[in-house]
Amino acid sequence: MEGTLSFIARQLGFAYGLHDASFEFPKHGLITIAGPNGAGKSTLLGILAGLRSPYRGSCLFAAKEVRQWPKREFARRVAFLPQSVQLQFPFTAEEVVLMGRTPHARGWFQTDEDRSAAEEAMTTTDTLGFRGRDFRTLSGGEAQRVILASALTQRPEALLLDEPATHLDLRHQLSLYRLLGELAKSLLVVAVTHDLNLALQFSHRVMVLEDGRIAGDGAPADVLNPELIARVFGVQATVHGTWMTYEA
Amino acid sequence: MSRSVLLSAAVLVAVLIGAPLAGSSHIELGRAFAGVSPDHEIFFYARLPRVILAMLGGAALSVTGVLFQCMLRDPLAEPYTLGVSSGASVGAVIAICLGWRATGVASLAGAALVLLMVLGMAVEGRRLSSFTLLLTGVTMNSMAFAVILFLHNLASFSQSFAISRWLMGGLEAVEYSTLAWLAVVVVGVSVLVTVYAPHWNLLAVGDDWAASRGVSTVKLTAMGYIAGSVLTGLVTSLTGPIGFVGLIVPHALRLKLGADHRVLLPCAFLLGGAFLVVCDTLSRTVIAPTEIPVGVLTALCGGPFFLWLLKSRRRSLWL
Repeated sequence: MEGTLSFIARQLGFAYGLHDASFEFPKHGLITIAGPNGAGKSTLLGILAGLRSPYRGSCLFAAKEVRQWPKREFARRVAFLPQSVQLQFPFTAEEVVLMGRTPHARGWFQTDEDRSAAEEAMTTTDTLGFRGRDFRTLSGGEAQRVILASALTQRPEALLLDEPATHLDLRHQLSLYRLLGELAKSLLVVAVTHDLNLALQFSHRVMVLEDGRIAGDGAPADVLNPELIARVFGVQATVHGTWMTYEA
Repeated sequence: MSRSVLLSAAVLVAVLIGAPLAGSSHIELGRAFAGVSPDHEIFFYARLPRVILAMLGGAALSVTGVLFQCMLRDPLAEPYTLGVSSGASVGAVIAICLGWRATGVASLAGAALVLLMVLGMAVEGRRLSSFTLLLTGVTMNSMAFAVILFLHNLASFSQSFAISRWLMGGLEAVEYSTLAWLAVVVVGVSVLVTVYAPHWNLLAVGDDWAASRGVSTVKLTAMGYIAGSVLTGLVTSLTGPIGFVGLIVPHALRLKLGADHRVLLPCAFLLGGAFLVVCDTLSRTVIAPTEIPVGVLTALCGGPFFLWLLKSRRRSLWL
């Protein structure tokens, strides 16, 4: 059983933000977490990332409680991408990417392995072209891909993303989710999103949260039905195959 | 990367040799080392200790500036703008008034206390407000100044002279034994924080960013604030409050060398030291034999620089 699962949550809760969440995540696949503002999406992702503690109940990763994992060891297996990264200092894109190597670092200097991991991640995310540029001069789409490359250099088994497409235009949203879909063939990708169409189109599984509780969890086409959307989001939706339209 | 560090070291060495030779009375290096009077006395007992103090002070304030800016992710943070230097001053002035010999300890306590208050004020949930941070710093400066004025009024004539001399940020000649322990602390603390340079890089991006990449953010942040208080407190107790060094030096370095703390921290130490030595040399030679207190000089240069940064904050990028 544990051999095929990565995260196992039982009666998971956190302060007032999350209650009695129980679920199991497989070792690969793209899972999206949706829900209205304040429903507990970011809280849940933060717990999975080992950043919110102490939590109630149990949250196992690789059969070990998340809060008991040594941080460095955990960071070699689980990578987290914050909603947005705003830098105050002139780091280059490549320096930001190389920061992902920190949990693997053995000393003060970067190794050849670090550099080749960065090269590989920047190739995957198509960011090699501006590796030397000041991160703060990048466009939203470029910056988001650099952040993703940084997480990939951690060589994680699970990738947790907090609203990765929020600041992106339509074309970049689609290409980002296409890339996440590719990555999800070999690792677990969990993304918080506000865009139900992206969830419907790209994810293998959708979890909908409402007031800190799981309101729906399963295949996108089953979970994202007009009844649930009306109940949770207060919006009339019509589903046309893999896309939907809304009416206020 | 190592080239910038070596170059900074070379600049510091050149400044350390050159600075003691400059001054109102002309001396020669050869005669000073040969023990010829008065060159020997002027070089070794009047000017060299002062140059070493300026070097250690500049290094400590610059390193502290880099750390505060990194931890608060606010390029305007430095010991003076946060009010930490003023806190250290209050501690030192109290020690002078009470006739304590341990001004260093009193300064350190003052610095740490103000830092705790400023941070306590600026915390909003899981974030720090840069606006509140700087306003609290300004308020702390005014309050510290008021306390100092009050103590100044109560003090006897000789204490009062000692206080005002010290407040202007003058670098008086100190004994070599004092310089030795200051050097041990400043170099020791700077080396310790530099060891963690790769982790400072991640912390400069964000707490969650660092924590999710295996950095113990709570330990690192605690270390940074303790290091900053120790460096600022001890240096201020000997030099008086010297402002803006921790702002000017890190900014200039980031502009030239980028943000990597593995380069930034060693260079801030070396060139911060060289910078204050140069400022001090200027302060005692420009209108010699009258000396301008070095704190006055750095504030006159640093104040406008700070205002310029504040103005450009919204429309352009931070350095």
